Amino acid sequence: MTRLTAWFSEGRSTGKHTLPFVVILLSVTILASAANLLLPADSIFYVSTYTITLLGKYLCYAMLALAVDIIWGYCGILSLGHGAFFALGGYAMGMYLMRQIGDRGVYGNPLLPDFMVFLDWKELPWFWLGMDQFWFAMLMAVLVPGLLAFVFGWLAFRSRVTGVYLSIMTQALTYALLLAFFRNEMGFGGNNGLTDFKEILGFSLQADSTRVALFLITAILLAVIFVVSQKILSSRLGKVVLAIRDSESRSRFIGYRTDRYKVWLFVYSAVIAGIAGALYVPQVGIINPGEFSPINSIEMVIWVAVGGRGTLIGAVIGALLVNYAKTRFTAIMPDAWLFALGAMFVLVTLYLPKGLMGLYGQLKAKRNTVTNKESQA
Amino acid sequence: MSTLDSTREFFRRDQVWPFLAPEQAAVNVDNQMILYVEDLNLSFDGFKALNNLNLYINDGELRCLIGANGAGKTTLMDVITGKTQCDSGTVFFGQNHNLLDKDEAEIAQLGIGRKFQKPTVFEEQTVFDNLELSLKTDKRVLPTLFSRLTPTQIDRIDEVLKTIGLAKHRFMLAGALSHGQKQWLEIGMLLAADPRLLLIDEPVAGMTAQETERTAELLTSLAGERTVIVVEHDMEFVRSIARTVTVLHQGSVLAEGTMDQIQSNKDVIEVYLGEEAAGEEAAQTEAGATA
Repeated sequence: MTRLTAWFSEGRSTGKHTLPFVVILLSVTILASAANLLLPADSIFYVSTYTITLLGKYLCYAMLALAVDIIWGYCGILSLGHGAFFALGGYAMGMYLMRQIGDRGVYGNPLLPDFMVFLDWKELPWFWLGMDQFWFAMLMAVLVPGLLAFVFGWLAFRSRVTGVYLSIMTQALTYALLLAFFRNEMGFGGNNGLTDFKEILGFSLQADSTRVALFLITAILLAVIFVVSQKILSSRLGKVVLAIRDSESRSRFIGYRTDRYKVWLFVYSAVIAGIAGALYVPQVGIINPGEFSPINSIEMVIWVAVGGRGTLIGAVIGALLVNYAKTRFTAIMPDAWLFALGAMFVLVTLYLPKGLMGLYGQLKAKRNTVTNKESQA
Repeated sequence: MSTLDSTREFFRRDQVWPFLAPEQAAVNVDNQMILYVEDLNLSFDGFKALNNLNLYINDGELRCLIGANGAGKTTLMDVITGKTQCDSGTVFFGQNHNLLDKDEAEIAQLGIGRKFQKPTVFEEQTVFDNLELSLKTDKRVLPTLFSRLTPTQIDRIDEVLKTIGLAKHRFMLAGALSHGQKQWLEIGMLLAADPRLLLIDEPVAGMTAQETERTAELLTSLAGERTVIVVEHDMEFVRSIARTVTVLHQGSVLAEGTMDQIQSNKDVIEVYLGEEAAGEEAAQTEAGATA
């Protein structure tokens, strides 16, 4: 029996990719950071600050893909509105950075951000209060997406909305937020969003060291979230989540309140998306309602599909590869990118239902059958 | 009611307030009766799926429900397990649990297990995991997240694996099992939950004769300790396991008794067995043709 237990605990730790992933992620990050800060700009190993920021952005996307994968790949809930949680996290960070500008804005108002002065507002709206405190803003970056996901999930999952209806509702959610945030009256800068940030926690956002620090923090948080998610998904809760994906009614009839599991997983996923958004904004320097656009949310789903849903590592790889391709492609042929993205999605759906991670498995299975045949012959 | 009366009612000393009562009181079977179904009515768009249905199941009994298609067998199970809301009537589990105001998960946790017509197991997970998920444990979100398999639980799973004859396949994906094995795994999942009452919908559909025989053995061995209700079309199978048979027809009970009594019952012969006998013949010739 002890042997069985040992066997079992071995079988249970499904995260065989976790350690290599964390090691590779952190070592690449540290090497790139060191190459940026320590090497002279004319060295061939020098990594430009532009690249550092780009990598940081990719890692934010990877984190976002992780959030989508947790809910879609593991629980079968196709959310086409995860951009909303990402953008809400981003706006929380943006509001903090906005308040940090202080009286260095164009209009020099010590309290009101420029766009409010422009709109002739006299005082700060209530939801901007407290956003000058970093801890409070970060709390909001996690809390607001989490709360929205809780309310939305509670309503949707309790009424047993599933499948394509749920996807459409999430899509509508992000679209409604897009329209709302476009309005100047909302108090979030309207069309232009929040930008022209100066510093974070007193460090200039333009400085190389700040950029590298943000990049490092993103990488570390991605690693932490990856490990925690892996841990959660390989616990018994993870098995319940898979069970819900494969047969929700069966799970209900063996006594699990599936709606609660779905709500909490949805909230967890939304919180990760919020964190990703909060890390994204200081690195790209702007947040505007465009982040809410449904197309963004669909793109996230494509990252996960390309990488391989149902594997955390697949989501990360998918996000990195597709975004790298996007960066290259939009530089060479900007107009063709959306076509390429669409083609990629179609191809992956047709030939790689399990994404790139699945391809590895397919090739291995093929090789095994070949060797089996050879050994038989 | 006067203020005094309502105050008295509120401060009654022989019972506690509902919110203080323990959530899961034990099932009260003092009358040797585990399931009371009374005056159950349910209609779908005017079609009466259940029509004044009354059914009483003794504790520890093995009961077979038979009836033509549309007689309301599966609908009855849906109502008992909380999947479908009925229009009127009462369903009590023991004397103290009103099943009609509970949801599926709550009913399952009370100790009512259900096997579907089509075998439904978690195909992407191993046989062992399937059973682990079904164990009788705290099934709320946080306890599940931090739960660990205890040696007692592993023993329990081993025991169930032995009972259902899948001990060799414990680490196989459930999706890779044969149809009959999936049926057994599903029964095993019910057993792992240690239920009081098992509702089993067509357990031998698609099984070979040998498998059917073993299933019959398994079900008869369960009765006594647990209460089992089996819905089945295969009359041969029903005859081999049943002590009491209930015949449903158009949403209500047509006859109840031993298999012999049922077979000599005029009404039953008229509405059901006649059809079934004809159907069986057809099925046999069909089976002969495929064989």
